[in-house]
Amino acid sequence: MDRELATQLTYLAASVLFILGLRSLTRPDRARRGMQQAALGMLLAIVGTLVQQEIVRYEWIIGGLIAGSLLGYPLGMWVPMTAMPQRIAFSHMFGALAASLVGIAEFTTALGAGETIETTRMSALGIEVLFGSITVTGSFIAFGKLAEFIPGRPLTYKGQNLANGVLFATTIGMLIFVIAQPDARLAFFLLVGLSAAIGLFLVLPIGGADMPVVISLLNSYAGLAAAATGFAIGNTVLIIAGALDGASGFLLSIIMSRAMNRSFRNILFGAFGSKVNAGAKTAAGLTVQQVSVADAALRLAYARLAVVVPGYGMAVAQAQHQVKEVVELIERNGGEVRFAIHPVAGRMPGHMNVLLAEANIPYDSLVEMAEINPKFPEADVALVVGANDVVNPAAMNDPESPIYGMPIIEAYKARSVIVLKRSMNPGFAGIENELFYMPNTSMLFGDAKASLTRLAAEMKAL
Amino acid sequence: MYPLAAMTEMLQVYVFVLAGFVGYQVITRVPPLLHTPLMSATNAISGISLVGSLVVAGSDHGLAASILGAIAVGCAMTNVVGGFLITDRMLKMFRRAEPKGE
Repeated sequence: MDRELATQLTYLAASVLFILGLRSLTRPDRARRGMQQAALGMLLAIVGTLVQQEIVRYEWIIGGLIAGSLLGYPLGMWVPMTAMPQRIAFSHMFGALAASLVGIAEFTTALGAGETIETTRMSALGIEVLFGSITVTGSFIAFGKLAEFIPGRPLTYKGQNLANGVLFATTIGMLIFVIAQPDARLAFFLLVGLSAAIGLFLVLPIGGADMPVVISLLNSYAGLAAAATGFAIGNTVLIIAGALDGASGFLLSIIMSRAMNRSFRNILFGAFGSKVNAGAKTAAGLTVQQVSVADAALRLAYARLAVVVPGYGMAVAQAQHQVKEVVELIERNGGEVRFAIHPVAGRMPGHMNVLLAEANIPYDSLVEMAEINPKFPEADVALVVGANDVVNPAAMNDPESPIYGMPIIEAYKARSVIVLKRSMNPGFAGIENELFYMPNTSMLFGDAKASLTRLAAEMKAL
Repeated sequence: MYPLAAMTEMLQVYVFVLAGFVGYQVITRVPPLLHTPLMSATNAISGISLVGSLVVAGSDHGLAASILGAIAVGCAMTNVVGGFLITDRMLKMFRRAEPKGE
């Protein structure tokens, strides 16, 4: 009894430390400490579990713990920050796999012992393997798309939504059947398989640019699977951690879809990017102005306020450090530099901030969209590096545009705009960008990294 | 009066709903600046399913359950170790501007 009480106390401590850890993330200067405390909570919960009387054999446990640590260390220490989205997708897969396997083991063990699983417990087990399996396959596909071993473009076929609808209905039917007939082994495994199929068919049609929403949603599902595990085995800390995780993922996916001006439904069933919108304006008859490196360097060097608008293209070109160099040179001349961060600037929520922080850019100069937009009229230069759709004014003034209504970074309001771009290819959404043709905009063509290096060299020589 | 077992389940639902509410309140206040660390943090925390896996792997309910349990322990432990390490690695990079010595 005392041992059981001790275990429960470690769980309580872990729950409190988890919540405090997440709370610490509201303050960048306290976050690190808070998360270390959360890690301590995890350690407590693990020790508390290991002393439980139910646990009689340790060889499997030790094997699993060693394997997990060996795999976890490189995933924690060696994965580059640019690969963060696929790495997170990969761990969602692992978390959900753990939850699903526990569910399957609980179910088969209970059946093997001849127990009748009560309705509530069976519901929890059913929901556990449902969300668990969806997340395993869904995250795998998301991982594959982000790591680019599965084509990032949306894979669609005719009658897709109908097929998905039927699959979804069958799975829900199977869930209900399993709950009503808790001894139906085959049906239970069918439920696992059907759920896995949902994950597959749900994520395959979704394009690369929509991945921030997908990862967030899968984060939420992984949390729900963990919470359901908690219900099934009567473990409160699992319920709490799962609920926290579920809430976080849900919130992030709402924030992400809002930032793209799309509904959940639209992302999950719309397969954005599969069609190039014919209604969008074309560039016919418009010309762009080019700027020489020397001129651009001069403008940047004498800017009092410069706003850098980084996009995914900057991350692809790995140009963060070159950006930092240019920023330092502007600051050396007495100018002020701010970064305008669009919520979907990377491939996952907050990704751009991490990439810039890695390049040693202090976080006080990373400014959210809503705060930076009113400052553009005062900005002498807006430097757009690898961003396209998020600075396209068509989102505000062209109802025909597929991105109409999406909140954008209002770089076009700056006194002058310099766009670093490889060529005149349209952005991911396949839409012409009006910004490039505006009178206050000039283009600096070439690889972002090379252009920035040349800019820095030119500025140094001034 | 409710039977005790049903009462326990009801309490679990309370815990779930209230924890979800706390999570929602806390996480709305996390700035977009830290959304990626938030995600890796929740990822690490969801590794708590380790406690369930440990019980399955260690309770000697037959070979199949032990193997499933061991794999689950491995997966969950990967997230715990990798998740907390990478969150720390990221948070370490976020620094404020050094005050200018002018």
